Amino acid sequence: MIRSRNPLITLALHILLGLLATVSILPFVWVVCASVKTGDDLFNHTFLPPGGFDRLTVENFVRICRERPLISWVVNSTFLASTHTVIVVLLSSLGGFALAKYDFPGKRPLMLLMLATMLLPGQVILPSLYEQVDRLGWVNNYAGILVPGAVSVFGMFLFRQAMRGVPDELIAAARVDGCSELRVWWDVALPCVRPMVGAYTLMAFLGTWNSFLWPQLVLKDESKYTLPIGLSTLTSLQEYQADYGVIMAGTVISIAPVMVVFLLLQRELIEGLTTGAVKG
Amino acid sequence: MSPDRMRQRLWQLQQRLAPYLFVSPFVLLFAAFLLWPLLRSLLLSLHKTVGSERQIFAGLDNYAFLLRDRFFWFAVVNTVGYALAFLLIQIPAALLLAVLLNSRRIRGRSLFRLAFFSTHLVGGAFVGIIFAQILNVRHGLLNTALSALLGRPVEIAWLSEPRLAMPSVLLAALWLSIGHGMVYFLAALQAVDRELYEAAAVDGAGRWGQFWNITLPGVWHVVTFLTLFGLIGAMQLFELPYILFGQSAGPGNAALTIVMYLYVYGIQSGDLGYAAAIGWMLVLLISGLAVAQWRIVRRREALP
Repeated sequence: MIRSRNPLITLALHILLGLLATVSILPFVWVVCASVKTGDDLFNHTFLPPGGFDRLTVENFVRICRERPLISWVVNSTFLASTHTVIVVLLSSLGGFALAKYDFPGKRPLMLLMLATMLLPGQVILPSLYEQVDRLGWVNNYAGILVPGAVSVFGMFLFRQAMRGVPDELIAAARVDGCSELRVWWDVALPCVRPMVGAYTLMAFLGTWNSFLWPQLVLKDESKYTLPIGLSTLTSLQEYQADYGVIMAGTVISIAPVMVVFLLLQRELIEGLTTGAVKG
Repeated sequence: MSPDRMRQRLWQLQQRLAPYLFVSPFVLLFAAFLLWPLLRSLLLSLHKTVGSERQIFAGLDNYAFLLRDRFFWFAVVNTVGYALAFLLIQIPAALLLAVLLNSRRIRGRSLFRLAFFSTHLVGGAFVGIIFAQILNVRHGLLNTALSALLGRPVEIAWLSEPRLAMPSVLLAALWLSIGHGMVYFLAALQAVDRELYEAAAVDGAGRWGQFWNITLPGVWHVVTFLTLFGLIGAMQLFELPYILFGQSAGPGNAALTIVMYLYVYGIQSGDLGYAAAIGWMLVLLISGLAVAQWRIVRRREALP
C-alpha cells in the first residue's frame, strides 16, 4: 500500500525491518553463544569471547548429558511427539472425511457438541482427567499422554474443511472402479488434501514437543520426562544458576532440531496455518 | 442366497456403515476423554476432598470459598490485565509489521518473514527458560543491550522486582507471538485486491485513508480471529511465567495467573474438587470475555 518510490524511504524501511528482525533473532544467537562458553566468559562477554574457536567449548553439552538424563529426554520427546502426530493425523483425517463427505443421522448434534467444547479451556478437565488416568493406571505412563491426546476436535474440523474441497465426481468414480470406502479415504481423499496433512503434521508435532502442563502432571520419573519438563526442573536448581551455560546447552538441543526441520518446511507450515483463518 | 448377491449385500453394507466406522474412533475417545471428564469435573467441583481419598458432597462451598479468596481475585485481575495488554500490543504490532513487509519494494521479504515467524516455533516452556537468563540482572541480554544503548550501566531487576514481574512476562510473550500474528495478516493482505488501492488513489485517498478504508476492512476477519484465540490463550497463561520465575509465581506472587492458582492450590495441594471449581470459573470468565470481544469486534465490522 506504500506507493511512493522515494529511495530514502525504501532504505529507511529496510533498516527498520532489519533492526526488528535483529531483535527477533538476537535471543537465539545469545542462547547459542552462551551454550559454548564456560566460567567467567559467561559473565564477561555478551556474545563470544575474543580469541576464536579455541576458547569455545562443548563442556556444557557434555555436562548436561552426564549429570542429567538428557538423552532420555530427547528420546522421550521424539517418541511422544511422533507417535501422537501419527495417531492424531490418522484419526482426524478419517473422522474429518466422514464429516465432510457423508450424511448420517447424528452428524449435526455431534458437530455442535464438538464446536461447544472447542472454546473450553483444557484446564477445566485437568482434575477429573487426572483422576481418570490415575484409575486406569496410566500415571507415569505414556498412555496417559497419548490416549487423551488423540482427541483433537481442532484437527477434525481442519480436515473436514479441507476434505469438503475434494470433488464428489472423483469419489463417485473411485466407487465405480470398485474402491471400498476405506480406500476412497486413503487413495482419493488423503492425496487431495496433502498440503493440509503436511501442515497439520507439523502443528501436531510441535504442539506435543512443546507441551508442558499435562505431561508434567502425568510423568513422575525423571527418566520419563520430556525436554520441556526436564529442563524446567533445572531452572529452579541452585547449582545451575551460576553455570547457566549448561541450561542453555539443553535449550539448544531442545529447539535447534525442530527449528531446522521447521524452517526447511516453513512455507507449508505457514500456508497450512493461515488457509483456514484467512479464508474465514 | 447366491454368492453374487451376498457380495453385493456386503458391498452395500460397507458403504452404509463407513461413516459410522470412520467417526467411531474419534467419537469413543471424545466421549471417554473429553465429555465424560467434563461431566465429572462439574460433579467434582461440588465435592470436597477429605483425608487422602474420600470425597464428600459440599454443594457450592468450593465456589463460595473461591469467590472470597483474595489470591484468586488477584490472579483474575493479573490474568485479565495481561490478556488485554497482550492483545492491545500484539495485534497492532503484528499488523504494522505485516503492512511494512507487504510493500513490494522490500527485498528479501521471505527472509524477514522467516526471522519474525521463527520465534513462534519455541514453546512457552522454552521461552520461559530462555528469558529467565535474558532478563537476568547482571549477565542478561536485555540489561546488557540497554547499558550499551544508554552508555551507562543498567541494572533493572526484571525478575525480582514485583512491579516488573508481569511486564517481563508480557515482553517474553510478545517476542513469542508478534511474528505469529504477522503471518496471518500477511496472508490476508496478499488477498486484498491491489486494484482497490489504485482506485482509491485515483479518488484522491491518502495513505492513511487507504489504510483505513481498504487495508483494515480487508484484514478485519484476521483481527476477529486473533483477538478471540489470543484471548482464550492468554487467559490460560501458565507455563511461561511459571518457568520464567523458576517454578514459582514470581516475587511476592506477583505473576500469579488463574491457571497457576489452579495448579498450585488445586492440583498440587491435592484438592481436586477445588481445582475443578477454579476450572469452571475460568470457563465462565472466558465465555464472558469472548462475548464482550465479539460485540466489540463485530461492531467495527459493520462500519463502512
